Amino acid sequence: MATILTVDDSTSMRQMVSFTLKQSGFDVVEAADGAEGLQKAKSGKFNLIITDVNMPKMDGITLVRELRALPAYKFAPILLLTTEAGMDKKKEGKEAGATGWLVKPFNPDQLLSTIKKVLG
Amino acid sequence: MGIDLSQFHATFLEESFEGLDVMESSLLNLDAGDSDSETVNTIFRSAHSIKGGSATFGFDNVAKFTHVLETLLDEVRSEEREVTQSIVNALLESVDCVRSMLEAQRDESDYDEAQVKSVQDRLEAILGNSGSVAEETVDEVVSSGSTNNSEGWLIDFKPHLNMIQTGNDPVRIIREIKSLGLLEVKTSFDKLPDLSEMNAEDCYLSWEIELYSDVDESVVREIFEWVEDECDLVISPLSSEIKTEETSPVEEMLTATEVAPVQTQQNPEPVVEPEIKKAVKKRTKPVGENASIRVGIDKVDELINLVGELVITQSMLGEMGRNFDPSNIEKMMDGLAQLERHTRELQESVMRIRMLPISFAFNRFPRLVHDLSSKLGKKIELKLSGEATELDKTVMEKIGDPLVHLVRNSLDHGLETPDIRKAAGKPETGVLHLNAYHKGGSIIIEISDDGAGLNKEKIRSKAVSSGLIAEDEILTDEKIYDLIFQPGFSTAEAVSDLSGRGVGMDVVRRNIRELGGAVDIVSKEGEGSKITIRLPLTLAIMDGQLVRVGNETYIIPIVSIIESLQAKKESINKIVDQAEVYKLRDEYINIVRLYEIFDLQPETTDVTNGLLVMVEGEGSKIGLFVDELLGQQQVVIKSLETNYRRIEGVSGATILGDGTVAMILDVPGLVVMSRAKSSVNEDKVA
Repeated sequence: MATILTVDDSTSMRQMVSFTLKQSGFDVVEAADGAEGLQKAKSGKFNLIITDVNMPKMDGITLVRELRALPAYKFAPILLLTTEAGMDKKKEGKEAGATGWLVKPFNPDQLLSTIKKVLG
Repeated sequence: MGIDLSQFHATFLEESFEGLDVMESSLLNLDAGDSDSETVNTIFRSAHSIKGGSATFGFDNVAKFTHVLETLLDEVRSEEREVTQSIVNALLESVDCVRSMLEAQRDESDYDEAQVKSVQDRLEAILGNSGSVAEETVDEVVSSGSTNNSEGWLIDFKPHLNMIQTGNDPVRIIREIKSLGLLEVKTSFDKLPDLSEMNAEDCYLSWEIELYSDVDESVVREIFEWVEDECDLVISPLSSEIKTEETSPVEEMLTATEVAPVQTQQNPEPVVEPEIKKAVKKRTKPVGENASIRVGIDKVDELINLVGELVITQSMLGEMGRNFDPSNIEKMMDGLAQLERHTRELQESVMRIRMLPISFAFNRFPRLVHDLSSKLGKKIELKLSGEATELDKTVMEKIGDPLVHLVRNSLDHGLETPDIRKAAGKPETGVLHLNAYHKGGSIIIEISDDGAGLNKEKIRSKAVSSGLIAEDEILTDEKIYDLIFQPGFSTAEAVSDLSGRGVGMDVVRRNIRELGGAVDIVSKEGEGSKITIRLPLTLAIMDGQLVRVGNETYIIPIVSIIESLQAKKESINKIVDQAEVYKLRDEYINIVRLYEIFDLQPETTDVTNGLLVMVEGEGSKIGLFVDELLGQQQVVIKSLETNYRRIEGVSGATILGDGTVAMILDVPGLVVMSRAKSSVNEDKVA
């Protein structure tokens, strides 16, 4: 089964994402900010990375850019979790190389169906 | 999938409260005109997280409010709006609103909706736009195209070369379209270069897709949402003329090749039902503040390390015990000494888990001082030091209110208004200093100010008029200052709405004493006051004096002992109609014969043959009559109520080194008993 890295500075969001994914049988690794996410991504191999945008230390957009520079994640799906209703952050994320996004608030079902889209 | 989101509520609330604290302290550091981007970013991030979480977990009121808050913060962040004092104040009030809403959620109680509404209105007024921001601007899927009245859609999908480099797979997209209906797909290989020129990372194929479905165009467009900028996309209605009979749908072909894996992935068995049940069960515990404690990983590592050491020592001793040879006795003693050391270290580490830095208690003061000083028209600088000093979580929770009271007192009565200070030749800005440090087995908290100080004469005359002291009584400075801790004492000329209703200082002292601590004040008129609070580091362990009464050992908390002495016969008085008293210097102190209270056979019933331990509790002193003083040691307090039942005069029990149980005396309780019994005992004594 696929292994997923979830990066979010909010513990409750991370728990929710992680719990939902584990229930569906994915292996999940958590990171609390972009820097930790990058470090964990480097030391492991993930089929999918889901990251928040607004985080301390390293934001999600920078994380995407850093990941895309790594051979192991050149084509890996990376999803942004964003509350920004406007297109700005999405565009910025896409330019950095994100695969797509999921707009907060979302429920576990929406999360799973989005993930099925990229891992299906 | 039914996932109960409420299991994440406790975590969400906890992190939100932390986020609010961060916002508050950052806001207090944010001065008008300042746009320190990191501070503003931190504030924005906290608000943003609370908004995202509250919307996700279904706290719509919070989400709606924080949305407005976030909009304002975003404008500040992007420097479209300058920080003014009124914005900072509005933001601070917003923090309070969000906190009250979340607290209401946690405690299942109500919050002041009118207050929240008025703050929200203010935020909106600042934003210069009433109402519209409050509406969730969640991306509505706007159906840009026509609704479908044709048989379906013709999708011309030409990915750019670099599309797969963002992790998007054209095949995945086609599969998704397939879920909408019957497909007819034509792949174009036009752009495919020679093998020698081909780059494995580029996408050379394009597709013409006929979708037979009655879905709206917007539904189709949504599938391409992530790749709009990475492909050329034309979606047009399929007219019946275009539909040609000879091309049979290649749906089957696609199923056979690409789509097959999808079917197997579609239904991963939902696993771990027990886990859900467990989570639901956990949820039934009340979501209280005391429910959890955050422990630094270093503390946990230290524990694990120590337990490892213990296991090694234990196995070493076990080994020695199995093949015991008298010649090894020295080695065994070493082993036992090691065991003792590790056990002690382990005990200390476990205690440290409950310890939190006092900054948790201090961090509410910047806001309090900020708000109160502007309300009182005073200029006050708050200094904090020793914030990293750790103390027990329970002690911290209980010391919060007394500290607030003392700080308010200082602000209200101690520190003067700028003009008075100027007249007295002091700088206009008064200084309030909170300091904490460890001393011995205690933590010391000091609250000092450079304000007016206590007026001894005023205290004295007030005490005389309220009958606390006689007019001609001569008192040391210390005693005079101590009067302010007496019930019903207040020197404030006018009762202000902040503090000083005549209740307070006595309550403060009582609360601190209940924690096994003490509070003192020193002051110099015109120069300021300093209040010193001494508290035990933890409530689980205390320093005890072991005493013997008959064959029993009792423990007296050392903090309550004033002195121990051998009674002189001439100092013992039996007051008519009163209990037995001992004249110690100028005081008459009730003697409490412990053997009578606990119904024991003592070694002696003659007070002059034993010892009197003078203790203080509930504001007065008593002399405990015991046979002998034994050693002093730290004892671990065990509750008697949970293990046995409550006994008058006993606050708890402990297990001594030899395995016997010793009772810990409840000094305040004994004081109360001695007051009540003095009349009952009179015939026995007389």
